[in-house]
Amino acid sequence: MEKEKVIEVQDLVKNFGTFVANDHLTFDVYRGEIFGFLGANGAGKTTAIRILCGLSRPTSGSVRVAGIDASRPEEIKKRIGYMSQRFSLYEDLTVTENIELYGGIYGMTMKEIRPRTEMLLKRLSFTEYGDTLIKSLPLGLRQKLAFAVAVFHDPEIVFLDEPTSGVDPITRRQFWEMIYETASQGITVFVTTHYMDEAEYCDRVTIMNEGRIVALDTPANLRSKYGTTSVEELFVKITRPQKEKA
Amino acid sequence: MAAIEANSITHRYGTVTAVDDISFAVSEGELFGFIGPDGAGKSTLFRIAATLIVPSGGRMTLFGLNVVSDFRRLRSQIGYMPGRFSLYSDLTVEENLNFYATIFGTTIHENYHLIEPIYKQIEPFRKRQAGRLSGGMKQKLALSCALIHKPRILILDEPTTGVDAVSRTEFWEMLSRLKDEGITMIVSTPYMDEALRCDRIALIQKGRIMGIDTPEKIRKSYDQKLYAVTHPEKYKLLLALRSMPQTVCSEPFGDSMHVTLKPSADPDDLVSGLSAAGLDGVTVEEIIPGIEDVFLELMKKEQ
Repeated sequence: MEKEKVIEVQDLVKNFGTFVANDHLTFDVYRGEIFGFLGANGAGKTTAIRILCGLSRPTSGSVRVAGIDASRPEEIKKRIGYMSQRFSLYEDLTVTENIELYGGIYGMTMKEIRPRTEMLLKRLSFTEYGDTLIKSLPLGLRQKLAFAVAVFHDPEIVFLDEPTSGVDPITRRQFWEMIYETASQGITVFVTTHYMDEAEYCDRVTIMNEGRIVALDTPANLRSKYGTTSVEELFVKITRPQKEKA
Repeated sequence: MAAIEANSITHRYGTVTAVDDISFAVSEGELFGFIGPDGAGKSTLFRIAATLIVPSGGRMTLFGLNVVSDFRRLRSQIGYMPGRFSLYSDLTVEENLNFYATIFGTTIHENYHLIEPIYKQIEPFRKRQAGRLSGGMKQKLALSCALIHKPRILILDEPTTGVDAVSRTEFWEMLSRLKDEGITMIVSTPYMDEALRCDRIALIQKGRIMGIDTPEKIRKSYDQKLYAVTHPEKYKLLLALRSMPQTVCSEPFGDSMHVTLKPSADPDDLVSGLSAAGLDGVTVEEIIPGIEDVFLELMKKEQ
């Protein structure tokens, strides 16, 4: 069975003046896949993600996200969700208000939002928290809610930036379960992270270094290819020599 | 004499108890880690140790000096690296270092040998404003500034948060070098895998210490057999494992599920059971528990 591509990147180049931030990137991401995007600080990850999210245009090359060409960023934005580790929900709004706000931003009507909100709260066992301000929610619950809100409008792809960095191990497990469930429903999950143990959860990972993709495969294949016991060790092995040279 | 002795340290912010009756001791020359998630109380505890806040209750001494009443004498013996980048962004690398040396009554030259292996790496950028450094370089500068007055103890609050894996590896290598110089260090981190770099660790959660020992002994304290089960269809695998009568706990852990079994169950039955559930080619392997497995277990016991 041919896997359906939801992100297609070919020869993507992004220059800032004479600096080449993305140097001929080529990769595909499939529907329902959990795809890890790794790289050292300054490797060009953020630049690439901004292009994939429709926030920046490539200098050259072809980028299609959810079937939409990068020349139509507004259309791309409607079809994706985004969650960052540091900020995602408004602390002075209640749980329900946050959901309504995000639903509204993505063009949903209150008629669509209300029943889905109820369903979401029930599914997260959050019913009692509907009127609670975000700032009074425990950290773990906030993270889970932030993820649920990021996929509330049924995007084709959700981008997660260090989704479980700093959360306790129980919440972390529950969070990855939510990610697995989401992916099994056909939503593609694109994870960027500094933390290689988060990478181990992904179906495939790509490692960027100095603007290029230097590795792309399943964590297991990469580990055996480079003879390392963890993705962390592998990452250091691949990116360190270049780093010291620079 | 112990480098740190903490007895029943408690700290409250209004009605929130951030640090709840914590006691521990750190020996001189030890590299001691506090491992726990955000909000566990690590930063509060470190600020108390750095003589920056006065605890609501309890007593803490560093080298026999009380962190509350002897704070003036202690300050010069402490090197503190806060969790957030706290150097002067619009001063250059060199100016920052010079500033810290001066306020502690020393010079860069006097203790250069101590910071050399670290500072050498950022020295080519010494005329650059600190705010314009990369994450890894900021971290190296912050460590240099915390070290420049040759403290007896380093208090490092989440020094590796937000930096890439290469910089993190380098940072831990620097800490082992400082350990050889005899400097005592307490380090906090939310990353369980970094625990293995420490001589001893405390697992901290909700303001309390759940366990304290060497990483090796902490791992050995896990009292059940643990299996890693893998199959490419992870979510299906997780649901199938949970529905099997032989399993007690099934948790996603990277590219496998970590599973504990009922005493009567045979791990070989998992393969056939999962095959019957439509998951062929499953692998089952007994593994040594990691710090995160133990942390998870301790959290469940407390709940």
